[in-house]
Amino acid sequence: MHDLTAVAGSVPDPELPVVTLAELGVLRSVREPTPGGPVEVELTPTYTGCPAIEAMAADIERALLEHGVTEVSVRTVLAPPWSTDDITSEGRRKLADAGIAPPRGGAAPGSGPVPLTLAIHCPNCGSTETSLISRFSSTACKALRRCEACREPFDHFKEV
Amino acid sequence: MTHSQEARPLGGAGSHTDAAELDSPLLPLADDALVLSHRLGEWAGHAPVLEEELALANIALDLLGQARVLYSELGDEDELAYLREERAFRNCQLVEQPNGDFACTMIRQLYFSAYQELLFGQLAELGNPLAAKAVKETEYHRDHAEHWTLRLGDGTEESHTRAQRATDALWRYTGELFEPLPGPAPVGAVDWGALRAGWTERITRVLRAATLTVPESPQSGAWTAGAGRQGLHTEPFGRMLAEMQHLHRSHPGASW
Repeated sequence: MHDLTAVAGSVPDPELPVVTLAELGVLRSVREPTPGGPVEVELTPTYTGCPAIEAMAADIERALLEHGVTEVSVRTVLAPPWSTDDITSEGRRKLADAGIAPPRGGAAPGSGPVPLTLAIHCPNCGSTETSLISRFSSTACKALRRCEACREPFDHFKEV
Repeated sequence: MTHSQEARPLGGAGSHTDAAELDSPLLPLADDALVLSHRLGEWAGHAPVLEEELALANIALDLLGQARVLYSELGDEDELAYLREERAFRNCQLVEQPNGDFACTMIRQLYFSAYQELLFGQLAELGNPLAAKAVKETEYHRDHAEHWTLRLGDGTEESHTRAQRATDALWRYTGELFEPLPGPAPVGAVDWGALRAGWTERITRVLRAATLTVPESPQSGAWTAGAGRQGLHTEPFGRMLAEMQHLHRSHPGASW
């Protein structure tokens, strides 16, 4: 069972392929009610209208079928609502490495109180001198910012 | 309008949508989201700057997502969106108003997103999963509209004039937002008085900060304004609907 969860969770996000669906925190459950039978997957969208959800469902289905599963059904669930806090610390690191400033907040499990970080660091030079260009960017989940130090524009995964 | 395909009446044989669902108080909320989404989509390729093009498309996408979730709860989403006639739509008249100039679009956005955020806030507390999900998105929509209202109202003489004109012209469509939608909870349990008070307080604060005058005219009118929830719509809505539904009606079942 953990195996199937790992297979579904390792599918890359269609819009942000640097992170997996597990790291993004959108994979809610993978169940196999009867061994060897159909597999039921629950996914939650980052945003209500996220157009990537259908591609995610298709990619999960393909990955599980390639793994030998005979039947897959993917269901979208809204509750509890996805939050940027659901992105794992590994996911945050990968986003930053790809030039996307990760959302603020969201401590790694077991790390104690959430450190309050108000500044958004430039993913290119690390400066905290950044300013908002637009609250809405290339996808619903990102805002567009600019670094005042290195002048590079960059995406920021905005907090929800 | 004539259509080449056989009409599929809602609630009739072979339909996936029960007539009873058309009385659901969720339907007006779904229609608000769909209609405003379509209006905002009309800005694609016409927005004043690229960032705004992305912003309006993003907001439209959020609204479309809301509409799809709600329609799916009520029946077949394509039927509900594409095969109902004008009189069967329950959206408020505010969202169907034409885009006009940018100030007009932004004031419409301000009025509606402030309302939707408060409504979804209440519905989230009453346990509606979509509202709990979407309220965080509407907060961004409202924030965006507020920033533009401040910039336009407190901007140049021209932008101020246009923002005030839009503020006044759309005011008559705002009363309808607070008419109770009867039906089962959670929508049936909404405190509309509190919603109206919260909205009025917020809008008054934003308009004043933007150096705009809060209209003193009525928020609904005896002649047309404020009957969208009963299926009576303003003249531009029919044209919008014809454009929106044309492809689906002309090519039933088409996909790509």
